[in-house]
Amino acid sequence: MARYDSLLDALGDTPLVGLPSLSPSENVRLWAKLEDRNPTGSIKDRPALAMIEAAEKEGRLTHGCTILEPTSGNTGISLAMAARLKGYGLVCVMPENTSEERRQILQAFGARIVSSPAEGGSNQAVVVAKELAEQNPDWVMLYQYGNSANAESHYHTTGPEILRDLPSITHFVGGLGTTGTLVGVGNYLHDQKPGMQVVAAEPRYGELVYGLRNLDEGFVPELYDENVLTRRFSVGAYDALRRTRQLLESEGIFAGISTGGVLHAALTIAEKAARAGETADIAFIVADAGWKYLSTGAYTGTLDEAAQRLDGQLWA
Amino acid sequence: MAINVSIPTILRTHTGGQKSVEANGSTVAEIINDLDSRHSGLKDRLVKEGNLHRFVNVYVNDEDVRFVGGLDATVSDGDSVTILPAVAGGMR
Repeated sequence: MARYDSLLDALGDTPLVGLPSLSPSENVRLWAKLEDRNPTGSIKDRPALAMIEAAEKEGRLTHGCTILEPTSGNTGISLAMAARLKGYGLVCVMPENTSEERRQILQAFGARIVSSPAEGGSNQAVVVAKELAEQNPDWVMLYQYGNSANAESHYHTTGPEILRDLPSITHFVGGLGTTGTLVGVGNYLHDQKPGMQVVAAEPRYGELVYGLRNLDEGFVPELYDENVLTRRFSVGAYDALRRTRQLLESEGIFAGISTGGVLHAALTIAEKAARAGETADIAFIVADAGWKYLSTGAYTGTLDEAAQRLDGQLWA
Repeated sequence: MAINVSIPTILRTHTGGQKSVEANGSTVAEIINDLDSRHSGLKDRLVKEGNLHRFVNVYVNDEDVRFVGGLDATVSDGDSVTILPAVAGGMR
């Protein structure tokens, strides 16, 4: 069925496509879940809408309210679309070092942007948002890093879709940010299928992003549950870009840069399984498409140049 | 056996500003002890009550050691060790 009553109803049920060129063998196959096929073009439509609906149900969010959220992009864009349709205001706290496209899209949807310092990355956005929440008690902060509706949206939609389309799944690989996708999908798959391997790919940024004043300013999202994960990889900009381009060249999938990081982890596992003569069906998340990253130069010039340009940027 | 260890900005006060230093050892714990013998105070910043500090992540060849044995994770010649503070993800 491809007819929906409204854009919001078109959320989810995204395609899972095989990667015949990148899969190392007939027995070790890679599958990409195309989350860019959501209403605003990213996986964040799922948690954003779920968090709004949960807040509406609790009575925290009523018509005319202003939503506040620390976000460096996709969640903000998802919230901005839903806020526009449902009659809410939106204030996004966003680090300075995020791509220009995200700012323009948020502004097009009518969101207000409050910039937080580049140094410290999303940590600082969280700090600034928490300060704003205190100063504006009538604003509603959904707080994706600690909102259980975030992980639950993946437990109830993303996870079941993947298992329905790939009953033989052995590994799930996703990007680690709020940790909502990995915790939600991971818990669902563990509940349904013993022995599932859940693998995290975490972006490794330039030094600027880790420039905290002290270690206790560090941050682990409240949603994070390390028991859900089997392994966790840290992937730098060079490898993420290399895999993003490889996915485009080999399989025709034009993905965002964070997907390259996820694919890097997925291929590491796939190659190891192939060497060991094991059978594996590895599903991974394509969180968004490449459009929003064109201005970063990710898709042009040499990999070294492109990686250099991303240094200090929040690319995932 | 020398292992290259990458040090985050916030801990470079212990290494005289050096971004990376060499260390010896066959586990993460041994590496940290060896580092501490030359860069005093480093261990206290990384280890709390016998475990890695909650806001510190250590990677051996890009893999988080918490999932491969924690402080007992093995390290071999030619491996690289990266220490990073935990931060919020990027474009969330």
